[in-house]
Parts: sequence; structure tokens; C-alpha cells
Amino acid sequence: MNLVESFRIALKALTSNKVRASLTMLGVIIGVAAVILLVAIGSGVQQEITGQIEGLGSNLLFAFPGDYSSGGGGSGAGGPGASLNKRFTNDDATLLQRRLGSDAIVVPVVQGAVTLKVGNRQQKATLAAANEEGDQVFNADYVVGRHYNRSEYATAARVLMLGATPSKELFPGQNPVGRTVNVDGERFTVIGQLAEQGGTLSGDSDNQVYMPTTTAQRLLGTKELSTIIMKANDPERIDQVKARVEQTLRPRFGSDFTVFTQEQTLGILSSLLGTLTVMLAGIAGISLLVGGIGIMNIMLVSVSERTREIGIRKAVGARTYDILSQFVIEAVVLSVAGGVIGIAIGWLGAAGLTKWVPTEVTWWAVALAFTFSAAVGIFFGVYPAWKASRLDPIEALRYE
Amino acid sequence: MTQEARPTGTGADAGRDSRVVLEAIDVVKTYYLDEVEVRALCGVTMQVREGEMLAIMGPSGSGKSTLMHLIGLLDRPTEGTITVEGDDVSEMEQNDLAAVRNKRIGFVFQAFNLLSRTSAAANVELPLIYAGVPAAERVRRAREALERVGLGERLGHMPNQLSGGQQQRVAIARALVTEPSIVLADEPTGNLDSRSGVEVMAFLQELNTHGITIVLVTHDLNVARHAQRVVEIKDGRVVADWEVEDRIDAAAELEAFRRENGGAS
Repeated sequence: MNLVESFRIALKALTSNKVRASLTMLGVIIGVAAVILLVAIGSGVQQEITGQIEGLGSNLLFAFPGDYSSGGGGSGAGGPGASLNKRFTNDDATLLQRRLGSDAIVVPVVQGAVTLKVGNRQQKATLAAANEEGDQVFNADYVVGRHYNRSEYATAARVLMLGATPSKELFPGQNPVGRTVNVDGERFTVIGQLAEQGGTLSGDSDNQVYMPTTTAQRLLGTKELSTIIMKANDPERIDQVKARVEQTLRPRFGSDFTVFTQEQTLGILSSLLGTLTVMLAGIAGISLLVGGIGIMNIMLVSVSERTREIGIRKAVGARTYDILSQFVIEAVVLSVAGGVIGIAIGWLGAAGLTKWVPTEVTWWAVALAFTFSAAVGIFFGVYPAWKASRLDPIEALRYE
Repeated sequence: MTQEARPTGTGADAGRDSRVVLEAIDVVKTYYLDEVEVRALCGVTMQVREGEMLAIMGPSGSGKSTLMHLIGLLDRPTEGTITVEGDDVSEMEQNDLAAVRNKRIGFVFQAFNLLSRTSAAANVELPLIYAGVPAAERVRRAREALERVGLGERLGHMPNQLSGGQQQRVAIARALVTEPSIVLADEPTGNLDSRSGVEVMAFLQELNTHGITIVLVTHDLNVARHAQRVVEIKDGRVVADWEVEDRIDAAAELEAFRRENGGAS
């Protein structure tokens, strides 16, 4: 008997017990779909975040108050909170710009939360303030209008640029440029509107307003900066720029500050997100394993239920191999069919989820899920099949 | 009816000159049921000659079915030798035994042993699948075999849509489809009403007239008397071996049934 016949027999056995076959497949379907979906979410998020950071350019440096480099040592003991008593000010930014000269652009950044009002429309948004060169470090495309300029920065002018969300909420279908917005009780003039960027896990980057740092400090009643971002003019010299930044800040802050390069940030993030993805895949893998055990269970039941059938087949001339291949093929068909359906569902699910979460179906997840489901079928199908094939014909025939 | 025991070889008949197709020599079969030793056969020697119709008869528990399973190569003897057309099969591998069963022996069982949820035609095709016969030829031969047992109209019926007699005829078609030289029938009429039983016996007798060797296992003397020779088994031993003198012709019996029921077929 050839493989085609084994296939035909196996398919017939499966179709004559459709409910059981589909319930068995369900385990594999859920497992495979979960692997693909979770890995798609993991790698989608990973790609999105690294893409965003990379989009800023590979020559950025971020200076944060607090010591993040020595895990718990030095003045950073007790976590970042303990070192937040000393923050950057505009003077630090000015000093840095003077020391770095033409090697880098220094952008002092203030972040906060504000409430915007236009008439009786109200919108809470995140504030991101920088100097006139803020567009060098924040990814921003203008739909209309312009960035604030040096003199507006110097005079702390009440001007702002709206992200896509607040402009949609406050000025639906209108050009906001030139209009007035009330920000935490103060009147601001809109000078620009930014293009939509899409949501990220770190928050809605569209629900932001941008204004000069000086203006933001006055609005929030502070002289401090959240962070200082530097952009090296020559990406090759980023390490030297980093050393100069550290040198400049050390007299005032000791070791109580941290400078990250873009590359470091990326490295930390992607290893973190990579771990997340692998973890998600592992969890999904467990469900796939459970699905496989389901197949073994059904195949074992099927073998004892069909002992008589095995006896009849053997009596009329089936060899050990014929019975073995029949049952192995049954198990493999179950798991491969389950795998294919699971891939389809995982794929569709990932496509459907992109509205809320970035997803990316990776070929390796599909390959892994498929190989794993086929392997599960063979592995968990072989034992029951082997058991079936070894049955003595007369013992099998006598079985009630 | 006379029941006359004759040792093998004393009867001067044509069968003696025929070739021996199946032979059991000093066969012992021991089972273990929950560590209790059960000697189903204690040294049985018997022969089946080519073209004869032989009945192995004995009460239940006599070991007659065990003997049939042994000469049908469904089981192996604990001691002794089984030969098929002169070849010793006692040491043969399972897969080779399967090939011998497939090509040379057809089985008919008391419980029919058809695959459920499988059409009559597919059931009859089964041995051909394992013989490696191409699909188109299988379908043709299965149809022919079913036509031969009068079920040409019921190829697509499932076993549960057929009467007991029809199911046994499907089983006979399955036994015939590989054109074996030997058909072994284990209580083929045991689960049937008397008329269906006679029909089955008529088929077996007809096959025998076409040269197929038939071995019949039964506890019933009336069934055994359809055969030419009877080997009696009791407590795992051959106790008698005799030629049937007043052999029953199942076709005539069937005719009598027809007359009784006013010609209903």
C-alpha cells in the first residue's frame, strides 16, 4: 500500500468523525494563532519604537538628571527618585552649547501636561517644549504653519504648535494657524499644525503641543529642564561629544546625571522588547504544547476505540507499516490542518489589531508555528500509532 | 443421523490424493488469563486438503476457534508447526504473515467484522488496498465480488443499513475479492436467522464447487454436515475425523424455504 492510500484512509477516518477532529484541531489552531499573533504584536511594537527612535537620527545624545548607569551605587542609591533633587536648568544648556560650539546643537527640553481650551472645547495634551531648533530632535512634519523662531524663544512668546489630535479636537476641519488657544489659563497663538504620526506604546505622540522652552517654564512656573537633547553634527564624533558633555556637567552634578547615545537607548530598548517578544512566544508555545497533548489524547482514544478496526485491517492483510502510517498521517493531518488554520487566524487577527496595536507578522513566527505544529503532530501521533500497529491481529479482533 | 468417527486416512476418497494446503502438526496453544494458564490446544495435528470443504466442530471452549486462528495465521502456536501449501509459517514475521493472509486466505467471521461507517464496496476493497491494487481495478473487482453474492444493488450501503445476512454476504465478498485459494469461516451462521444462515452456507458450498478450499468452524452438527469432512475437537484435542455421508445441500434447503414461503425470494 502506498502513501496516497494511507492518506485517503486517514482522511476518511477524520471526516467520519468531524466534531472530534475539529475539536482536536482547535487546540492546535489556538496555539498556532497565539504564537503568530503574540509574536506579531511583540515585533510590531519593537519595530515601531526602534523606528521612531531611529527616525530622530543616529547622532542624538540624551542627558538626564540622575545616575542610571551604576545600578544603585553612588548618589543614585534609592533609585532615580533620590537624585531628582538636582535638575538641569537653562544655564546648563547654555554652558553645553558654548562648550560644544559648532560640534552639536543643544536643545533644552521641558515636558509636562497642559489643558487646552477654545471656546467651550477642552483637550488635555502633553507639552513638549524646546528651543528654536526643536524640530531637529522631535520628528515633525508641518501640515501648515511654521516652527517658533529664535526671537520667540528669547522673548518667551506665547506661541504654540498643535499636534494632530488637539488640532482635530479644538479646530475640527479648520486651519488653526493664527487662532487663539487658552493653555492653562493663558492665551496662546497657534503658529503651526503637525502631521499625524500614529499612536505608540509610549503614549499618543499626536496629542501634543509644542512651544518654546522659555514659554513653557513661565507657564509651569519652573526654571528647570526635563532633559537636554544634543544632536552631533558629525555622527562619527558622537563619542567625543558625549565625553565633552560629561566633562561639562560633572563639576555641577558629579555623577548625578546620565548621558545616553541614541545607539545605547536603542540597544537597551530592543533587548528589552526582544525579551518581551520571546516571552510572548514562549507563553503561546505552551498553548501549542497543550494542543499537541490534546492530539495525543485523541489519537490514543482513537486507537483503543478502533482496536477492532485495526484487527480487521490486519486480518485482511494490513502490515505494521500500513497501520502505523494510517495513524501517523491522521495525527499529522490534524495538526497541519490546525496549523494552517491557526496561521490564517493569527494573520487575520494581527491585521485586525493594527488599529490599536502595531503588529508585524514575522516569517519566522509563521515558520516556527507551522514546523512546531507539524512536529507536535508527528511526536504526539507516533506513540499511539506505534501502539496501534503492534496490536496482535487476533487480540485486536477479540477486543470489545 | 450417524456420527461415525474415522481416523484420517482410513476413508478411501478422492480428498486423500489431493495436495495438503494447510497443516497443523502437534500444535499447542497456551493462554494466560490473569496468570492462570489456559491450554486451548494440547497437541493438535490435522490437515486441510486442496479443494475440500472441511468443518472443524466442537462445543464452545473446545479450542476450535483457536485452531482456526492458528491455521488462518491470525495467531501463532505456542508449540508445533503450521504450514501453508507446504511452507512452514511458524517463524514467519508479522508482515509476511499479513501478506500470506492477504493473498491466499479469506476470512468470514461470526460477527461479520465489517468496518462501520464504511460502504459495502469500500469494505470489500479493503484487502485489495493492502495488496496494492490500483484504485480503478479495486472498484471493479469489489463490484464484481458484491454482484457475485447478490449485493450488486447495495454497493454504497453502510453496514448498519444492511441485514445480518447481507452483512455476512459483504464479508464473503471481501473474503473472495483477492481470489484466495482458502476461505476460513468462523461460525459464519452464528449471528444469523436460519434462512440467512442457509443462504450463507449455499454461497460457501458454491465457492467450494469452484475449487476454493473451505474451512468451516462450528458447534452445530447441522452446519458441519454441509461440509465433506468433519474434524471434531474437544478439550483442545482432535477426537474424531470423519467423512460426511449424508451431506446437506444448502441450495436444496433454500429451495424448500422458498416453497414454504410461497415463492417469496
